[in-house]
Amino acid sequence: MPLHPGGSKRTKAGRLLPKSVFLITLFLSLFVSFTSQPGYAIPAFARKYGLPCSACHIGWPLLNNFGIAFKDNGYQLMNDKDSPIYQNPAYFPITFRVTPQWHLENNNKVAVDQTGTEQSVTTHGFDLSGLDIWTAGTLYKNISFQVLPSMGEGDTFHFESAWVRFDNLLNSPWLNVKVGKFELDNLLSEKRFLTLSGVGGAWFNYHFLPQGDFNGFGGIGDNQLGVELSGHNRNSYSRYSIALLSSVDGNPGLTTAGAGNTSRTYDAYVNVNQGFAVKGLGVQRIGAYAYVGQSPTYFLTSGDVPIQAKGNRSFSRVGAYGWWFIKDLDVETFYMHGQDNVYLGNSIAANDPAGLPAGAAGPSWNGGFVEAHYTVNPQFIFTGRYELVHMSRQANPDLAATPNLGNVDSFTIGYRWYPIMLSRAGLAFHNEYSQSKMGNLAPLSGTDVLNRSLMIGFDFDY
Amino acid sequence: MSVVSKRLLGSLALAMVMALPALSQEAKVGNLTGHAESGKKLYRRYCKGCHGPLGDGNGENAAWIDPKPRDFVAATFKCRSTPTGTLPTDQDLYDSVSRGFTNSNMPHWDSLPPQNRIDLVAYLKAFSPRWQSEKPGDPIKVPAESAVTAQSVAHGGELFQKMECWKCHGQQGRGDGPSAATLTDSKDQPIRPYNFADAGNDARFKCGSSNEDLYRIFMTGLDGTPMPSFADVIQPNDAWDLVHYLRTLQIHRHSKENEVSKGSGTKAPAPGSEKPTGGN
Repeated sequence: MPLHPGGSKRTKAGRLLPKSVFLITLFLSLFVSFTSQPGYAIPAFARKYGLPCSACHIGWPLLNNFGIAFKDNGYQLMNDKDSPIYQNPAYFPITFRVTPQWHLENNNKVAVDQTGTEQSVTTHGFDLSGLDIWTAGTLYKNISFQVLPSMGEGDTFHFESAWVRFDNLLNSPWLNVKVGKFELDNLLSEKRFLTLSGVGGAWFNYHFLPQGDFNGFGGIGDNQLGVELSGHNRNSYSRYSIALLSSVDGNPGLTTAGAGNTSRTYDAYVNVNQGFAVKGLGVQRIGAYAYVGQSPTYFLTSGDVPIQAKGNRSFSRVGAYGWWFIKDLDVETFYMHGQDNVYLGNSIAANDPAGLPAGAAGPSWNGGFVEAHYTVNPQFIFTGRYELVHMSRQANPDLAATPNLGNVDSFTIGYRWYPIMLSRAGLAFHNEYSQSKMGNLAPLSGTDVLNRSLMIGFDFDY
Repeated sequence: MSVVSKRLLGSLALAMVMALPALSQEAKVGNLTGHAESGKKLYRRYCKGCHGPLGDGNGENAAWIDPKPRDFVAATFKCRSTPTGTLPTDQDLYDSVSRGFTNSNMPHWDSLPPQNRIDLVAYLKAFSPRWQSEKPGDPIKVPAESAVTAQSVAHGGELFQKMECWKCHGQQGRGDGPSAATLTDSKDQPIRPYNFADAGNDARFKCGSSNEDLYRIFMTGLDGTPMPSFADVIQPNDAWDLVHYLRTLQIHRHSKENEVSKGSGTKAPAPGSEKPTGGN
């Protein structure tokens, strides 16, 4: 059974009308949900070890060199007192985080039913982010864990991550095995970045899919289910990871592309990075990654219920990144090249090759971002980012009239002020403005759409 | 304002100024030069929570930490290459920052770039006037290690008895000697002797993990603790024998000393005995 049996309706100009409305709505709702991306900063660690948040974080939740090493060591200081038996029995490694806020969202071209035209629509008010209830630490020396039930705004709880890790196998930091649902070993971590707004609260590159593509993979920013082998040297300047993942985009129940209990294939992710200290500047890091996977294009069914994913076709996300320090200024640079198979890109079942439009191709794109942070002191940090994702090849030649369809150009600026910096709790006064231009996504005119977010919030965790 | 008030204000101001670290302090290790001015910001980020804003070990978390954070104002340091009672070298402090302290809350900070660490060393020196008035001691000379033989291990066992190490560390080096429960450090905090038998293969001591580090520990002492220096009572070459014997107390560690000891049948004294019972 085809995943999308109806195909798409097209105007004479080749633009996707009803489907575009669906896709824009889907895209924006996905992005709104991304504003509740769990962020990883755990005062429970600070309570356990007596270190302030600033010891591990440039400005929480963004990790510094020591924090990266602590995380790589399985949340251990490696001083033979990491096992929970050495803690006061009253200590419990649990943290919650939420961000009450006022925010404003604007889309400059929304198709309004009452007028039949595109209008700029603005909404604003007081709101809550999602809630993270996070527990992480050690079960025993060299056995670490994390469980993160998370709730988006108005959502139900889901497990953002849940894993156990066997650290320092054979007494070597080069051998660590993690099993469960976890964030991919992205040195530039979306879970630990400093932007939270509706538009700026996720990296587009970490989740991008071309318009009309029904790949179930949500991007390297989505936590995945699988097993990871990772390693690092003592100071975590040299790092690697290799992961074998189920092709389910982190959805439990063997759920592929929204169809439960159908998964039967695997993806792989590799990441290597190297740091080197530059005198007077700080540690510089460079790295490269590759995610290769496959996604189904149709399902076998029984009584119309999907029972097995079929017609799997491949995709990849590869690229390189750097993290550069010039004293109190740090700059993250990121590049990605993505490509999906022609069947995925055109939302056509692999057993229906005749369904492909003439001249169809696998879509490909290039993207990247530059994000800078200026740390005035451990309690005040500025952030700025410019990001883009541009299609290098659209899947469908009918889209030649809209070559920029789905392209993203975005920037974000903001700051965080941490009025307290204790070993018990964290509070940040967060201010951020972000905007994105989405190519040819206006529902009626097919022109570019501009989305803006303004956020003022109190981000706290305990 | 009265004269008395002015004098009081002046004294208070002087006391506050004296309490502030001297930001002109420097530290040198190899071709690295650290500056207290640069270390100040780093100290605030990484160290203040335990060691306190005044460097006196009274950080916000100190009450919940055991062992207590180092008091940089008193400038009494455990880990030195210098004789007991003298200041450590900048290299000693740099190594302590980089290595951390096992069985404590002091992390190993080797993920920080070398310049950050040497800047921190310069800043923590600035807390104590001792660094203005005294020079660090001269590092002790460590002779080349002698061969690990059954005779060396046996002689080390004799020294272990003769120097009465067992009174604190226990006959099997488990930190359960008859004096162990009564020990306090220079801040009157209870302190436990090192438990050799607890060490795994990485076998870390407070001040390192190599045989040379172990040699230095008992030949310079751990200032601020009941662990004295034995430099005046043990000859340098004999000290290597004691090192080899102490390594055999680390029964879970794969080492040359344990191999030699097992091969020769050399055993540690039975628990509770005051004299060695065999293998000598």
